[in-house]
Amino acid sequence: MGRSGGIMRWKRMSAFRFLVPSGSPTGIKRLLSTDGLIPRICIVGSGPAGFYTAQHLLKHHRLAQVDVYEKLPVPFGLVRFGVAPDHPEVKNVINTFTQTARSDRCSYYGNVTVGKDITVKELQKAYHAVILSYGAEDNRTLGIPGEDLAGVYTARAFVGWYNGLPENRDLKPDLSSETAVVLGHGNVALDVARILLSPLEILRKTDITEDSLAILARSKVKRVCLVGRRGPLQVAFTIKELREMINLPNARPFLDPTDFKGLGDVVKDAPRPRRRLTELMAKTALGEPGEEVAGRWASASREWSLKFLRSPLEVLPATDGKRARGIRMAVTRLQGSGEMAKAVPTGEVEDLLCGLILSSIGYRSLPIDPALPFDSKQGIIPNNLGRVLGAPGLYCSGWVKRGAVGVILTTMNDSFDTAQFVLEDLQSGALDVSKAKEGSELVRSILQSRGIHPVSFSDWEKIDAAEVARGKLAGKPREKIVDPQEMLELISH
Amino acid sequence: MATSSAVNLLLRAAVASCHRLPSTFRGVARLGSPGRFFHASAPARLSSEDKITVHFITRDGDKLTAQGKVGDSLLDVVVNNNLDIDGFGACEGTLACSTCHLIFEEDVFKKLDAITDEELDMLDLAYGLTETSRLGCQICLQRSLNNMVVRVPESSADVRQSVDIGKNP
Ligand SMILES: Cc1cc2nc3c(=O)[nH]c(=O)nc-3n(C[C@H](O)[C@H](O)[C@H](O)COP(=O)(O)OP(=O)(O)OC[C@H]3O[C@@H](n4cnc5c(N)ncnc54)[C@H](O)[C@@H]3O)c2cc1C
Ligand SMILES: NC(=O)c1ccc[n+]([C@@H]2O[C@H](COP(=O)([O-])OP(=O)(O)OC[C@H]3O[C@@H](n4cnc5c(N)ncnc54)[C@H](OP(=O)(O)O)[C@@H]3O)[C@@H](O)[C@H]2O)c1
Ligand code: FES
Repeated sequence: MGRSGGIMRWKRMSAFRFLVPSGSPTGIKRLLSTDGLIPRICIVGSGPAGFYTAQHLLKHHRLAQVDVYEKLPVPFGLVRFGVAPDHPEVKNVINTFTQTARSDRCSYYGNVTVGKDITVKELQKAYHAVILSYGAEDNRTLGIPGEDLAGVYTARAFVGWYNGLPENRDLKPDLSSETAVVLGHGNVALDVARILLSPLEILRKTDITEDSLAILARSKVKRVCLVGRRGPLQVAFTIKELREMINLPNARPFLDPTDFKGLGDVVKDAPRPRRRLTELMAKTALGEPGEEVAGRWASASREWSLKFLRSPLEVLPATDGKRARGIRMAVTRLQGSGEMAKAVPTGEVEDLLCGLILSSIGYRSLPIDPALPFDSKQGIIPNNLGRVLGAPGLYCSGWVKRGAVGVILTTMNDSFDTAQFVLEDLQSGALDVSKAKEGSELVRSILQSRGIHPVSFSDWEKIDAAEVARGKLAGKPREKIVDPQEMLELISH
Repeated sequence: MATSSAVNLLLRAAVASCHRLPSTFRGVARLGSPGRFFHASAPARLSSEDKITVHFITRDGDKLTAQGKVGDSLLDVVVNNNLDIDGFGACEGTLACSTCHLIFEEDVFKKLDAITDEELDMLDLAYGLTETSRLGCQICLQRSLNNMVVRVPESSADVRQSVDIGKNP
C-alpha cells in the first residue's frame, strides 16, 4: 500500500490523536485500585458504529480491551458495501478505522456471525460489556402486489451488487428497459439513479465491481424517474447529492416547473438546509440554464426526473405474468405541511410504464439473537441512549440503535455517545469489572470447537493488498473480491 | 529585493498548499484522489513571525492554542498540532463529512475567503449550524486571522458528559 509522505504523516498523527489517552495514569489507578482489572468489551459489527464506538472507548479508557466481531471476513460495513463507488473521499474514514484496529488494545475477528456462530449470551460470559453495532441488514418493503415480479429490485440489493457485497454478487439485474423507476426520494435513491446514469468512463475508474461494470456497459436505461409519495418540500435527499445529479455529464434533469412555482416564498424562512435544497430544485426547474449547461443538456443521451405525490399501489405484470411492465400509483395530496406532512390518496391513480423498478424506501435492522430484545416495529433494539432496555451490560450504537437514518457523521456522534455511557457505567460501578473475564480467549475456543476460523485484521490487510493489486491492473483503486471463499483461500484458512 | 521575492515565492508555495476543492470537482480527476494531504509541504521553514496563532474552544469549554503557517488549513493546524478534538476531519479535507465544522466570531468570519456552494452544501449537514459556521478544512490561515478564536460546535444531543478514565481529572 504505497502512500505519499503526506498521507503517512497524517495517519500517524491521527493514530496518536485518536487513540492515545492523554494525562497521567494516576486517575485510572485510583479508580481501579480495588481491582486493577481490565474491562473487556466486545463490539458486534465493524461498520462506522463499531469502529467509532471502539475508538472512543480506547481513547478515553487507558486499559480497556476492545474486540470487534464481524460477520463478513472484511471490515467497514456500509463504508465498503454501501457508500457509492464514485464517492471515494467518503471512504477516507477507513484510515481512521484502520488505526483503531491496529491499536494494541483492539482486535478484529471477521467471519464470525454473532447469533449463529456464537450467541450473545456466550459473548456476555467472555466480556464485561457487549455493544451491538450490527447495522441494518434488511430493507423496508412496499407490501404491494407484484413486488416480487422480475425486474423489481430493492435498492439495497442493487447497491450490494455494484459494491460487491457477497450476498448480492449474483443479482445480475436486467437493465434492458429504457425506463427505470426508483421509488423513494432519499440519498440511496439518488445513488442508485446516479450509478444507472453515469458515463462508464467515470465508473470504470472507481472500485465498482468488474461484473457490475460489464452489466452496466450493456445497460439500455435512458430515463430514470424518481418517485416520491410526498412533495418537493419533503424530499429526504440532501443538496450535495442533488447537485451532483444536476451536474452529471450526459444526463439531463427534467423537473416539472409546476411542482416548484411559488416554493421560493414558502421556504424563505425554512432552516437553511431545506431552503437551499428547495432553491436548487426550483432553480433547475424554473431557471434558464447558462450556455455551457444548456449545451451539455442538449447533447445528453440520458435523463432523470423527480415525480411527486405518487404512492406505489401495484407493480403491473407483463402478459407473461412474470415480468414487471409498469407501476400503478395513487395520486396523493399533502395533509398538513412541512416535514411532518402526510400523503393521503386523492382517489386518482396513474400508471407509469417501465421494465425496471428499484425500491429505495429505506433499510431496516433485524434481530440476530432470540435472547435479545428487539422492537420489530421500529426495527431497532429498544434502548435508552444506547443502554439496551432491561439488559445490563448490553449496549447498542449506530443504525441498530437509531434506525436506518443518518450519515456517517450522525453515526459517529451517536457511537461516541454510547461509548461515553459505557465509560460512565464503568466509572459508577454500574458495569461491574470486579470479576476478571477471559475475553477473546474464551470466544476463540468456542469458535474453534465449532469449526469457525476468524479472520484477523492482518488477514484483512492481505485481502486489501490483493484487491488493490488487482485494481491496479485495471486502473481502479481496487478490484473487490466478491466471493468470501476466495477471500478465505487467499489467507489460507 | 532578492530576499523579498524569495519570501514571496515561499508564501506563494505555502498558500498553494491550502488548495480548496475546485467548485466542479466531479469527475475523473478526483476519483481515488486522497484529498489534500498529497500536497508537498512548503519547501522551507518560515520564520516565527509567519506563524499564525489560533485558539480553539472545545466542546468542554477548554481553550487549545496552536500555530500554523500562512496557507495551512485549520484542519492542518488540528492535525499537525495533534489537537484533541473528537472525530475532527473524518474525510481528510475532501469536503465529504462536515466533522471539521467550526464557529467563528463575526468579525473574523467576515475576513474569511468567500464560501463555495460545495462547502455550503456540506455545511448544511453539520450539527449546530450557525450564521458564522464554516468547515475548517476549507479555511486557510492568513495574517489577518492571527489570534482568532474558533469554537468547536456541540455534537448531537450533547448528552455526553466528559468522562475520561485514566486521565487526570
Ligand atoms: C447505500 C448507502 C450509501 C451511503 N452513503 C453514505 C455517504 O456517502 N456518506 C455518509 O456519510 N453516509 C452514507 N451512508 C450512511 C452510512 O453508511 C451509515 O450512517 C453507517 O454505515 C451506519 O453505520 P453502522 O455501523 O450502524 O452500520 P453498518 O455500516 O451497516 O455496519 C454494520 C456491520 O455489522 C455487521 N454485522 C451484521 N450482522 C452481524 C452479525 N450477526 N454478527 C457480526 N456482525 C454483523 C455487518 O456485516 C456490517 O459490517 C450510506 C448508507 C447507505 C445504505
Ligand atoms: N451521500 C450520502 O451522504 C448518503 C448516501 C446514501 C445514504 N445516505 C444516508 O443513509 C440514510 C438512509 O437513506 P435512504 O435513502 O435509504 O432512506 P431515507 O433517507 O429515509 O429515504 C427513504 C425514502 O423512501 C420513502 N418511503 C419510505 N417508505 C415509503 C413507502 N412505504 N412508500 C413510498 N415511499 C416511501 C421516504 O418518503 P417519506 O419521507 O414520505 O417517508 C423517503 O423519500 C439517510 O440518512 C441518508 O442520508 C447518505
Ligand atoms: S474534513 Fe471532511 S469536510 Fe472538512
